Amino acid sequence: MTHYAIRTNDLSRHFGAVHAVERLTLEVPGGIVFGFLGPNGAGKTTTIRLLLGLLEPTAGRAEVLGFDTRTQADEIRHYAGALLEHAGLYERLSAEHNLEFYGRISHLPNADRQARIEELLTHLDLWERRKETVGTWSRGMKQKLAIARTLLHRPQLIFLDEPTAGLDPIAAAALRDDLAGLAAREGVTVFLTTHNLAEAEKLCQQVGVIRQGHLIAVGSPEALRAQRGTPRVEIRGRGFSQPLLDALCARPEVLGVDQRPDHLALQLREGAETAALVSLIVGAGAQVEEVRRENASLEEVFLALMEQER
Amino acid sequence: MIGDIKTVFWKEWQEIMVWGGARGKLGILLLAGVFGIFLPLQSGRGWVETPAVLIYWTWVPLFLVSSVIADAFAGERERHTLETLLASRLSDRAILLGKFAAAVAYGVSIAWLCLLLGLVIVNLVHGAGELLLYPLNVAVGIVALTLLGAGLSAGAGVLVSLRASTVRQAQQTLSIAIMLLLFVPVFGFQALPDEWKMHLAEQFVNLAVTRVIVIASLLLVALNVGLLAAATGRFRRARLILD
Repeated sequence: MTHYAIRTNDLSRHFGAVHAVERLTLEVPGGIVFGFLGPNGAGKTTTIRLLLGLLEPTAGRAEVLGFDTRTQADEIRHYAGALLEHAGLYERLSAEHNLEFYGRISHLPNADRQARIEELLTHLDLWERRKETVGTWSRGMKQKLAIARTLLHRPQLIFLDEPTAGLDPIAAAALRDDLAGLAAREGVTVFLTTHNLAEAEKLCQQVGVIRQGHLIAVGSPEALRAQRGTPRVEIRGRGFSQPLLDALCARPEVLGVDQRPDHLALQLREGAETAALVSLIVGAGAQVEEVRRENASLEEVFLALMEQER
Repeated sequence: MIGDIKTVFWKEWQEIMVWGGARGKLGILLLAGVFGIFLPLQSGRGWVETPAVLIYWTWVPLFLVSSVIADAFAGERERHTLETLLASRLSDRAILLGKFAAAVAYGVSIAWLCLLLGLVIVNLVHGAGELLLYPLNVAVGIVALTLLGAGLSAGAGVLVSLRASTVRQAQQTLSIAIMLLLFVPVFGFQALPDEWKMHLAEQFVNLAVTRVIVIASLLLVALNVGLLAAATGRFRRARLILD
């Protein structure tokens, strides 16, 4: 039987006329990284607040780690960790004191608390700087510390609300690596909201797409790409003549042909064979240097979903 | 519950200790200079013998607490730490009481340090070989009124801070409230007809010091309980997040 970390059934939250979350039905299995994707204002943060029991749903229900969000919110907050929209660090205090506070909140025994702080800060390369006031740190370092705080009490589930937002690409990539490493090592379920689709593609085993409070797609990134995107072939070379392009357009498996200065981009139907098309191109006298077949990216799937729902 | 209150108290205390920097520490030194050195030197033996000092020791913690309590929730909201705190396993009461207790401890500890300093100064300068101490009823009154004065300011401060969106707004509201608390009785008394003033003054002079302390303490206890109950009622996680 599948163990679900999160289950929601017709979960809704309205703010007056605004339906921030509308009839959300979702199951997130334990032990995976689940990406919750959506544009700004889609309802991602409200969903996290509902799942943490910080907001009461207008309708529907949700269970997190087997606890009801309406009646057992304290238990949820005990067994889950959260890195919300803001890092939530006390900037006047040192990194060590920030973790000390949240370790005490979680009732970690003193020796265990100290060992755990050292373990996490060492893993994130922050141990040497633990005595420094957090306010003097870069945003990337603060986010790392916030992740350490989130994992401090060994939660079974963590909520991460756009953890790499506002970071430069290098800091974001480093944080992503740290996050992936820690999540795998700790065996924790991660509920990650982001609108960085490359990040979701790298980290998540499953994703859900939300728009204007409605869940519009859910599944593994591969499955979504297969369902929503069509395969493409990129052929680099020379001598792509007009008769060749006409011949390619006439093929039933070819949906579209786009000629670029140094390559051809072919949009294919699902299940189309590439070899026959390459033979046709070579037979027509073109010189082929490289053939690369790829599926649509998650970003393309996402944009297609947004367009479709508009 | 007690452990959680202590945890919040610990965090608040750490923040209070580093908050304000050199300016904050200078303010405390100034206060110690006025209430621990200047006024005792000027008052002489009267500093320990006159029950009027009770007014100072009710006012000092009130002022001290108001300078830190405005930060309790408005500061967390302003610095974006409140939602993370609310997403922790801490109960509403532990957060509220931890912050309340830290502010009271700050006000009372500095007031008592000034009190001790003043006592030492008076004994050194005006003791003439004799050990000068507060009469027992005044000493007990000072302890009770500093605690309750600090509690009054902390209770009002928590309530104001819960509603305010910035620390500045909370500080302004709290300053106005404290000024009203101090000036309304003074100006109210001034506005009374002369006969009434004479009558009230006679009544007050004839009251025993102990009775004044008991009445003031009971009044402050009632205000403390009322303010804490109001703050507890106001503390709702969902409301705080949406505010």
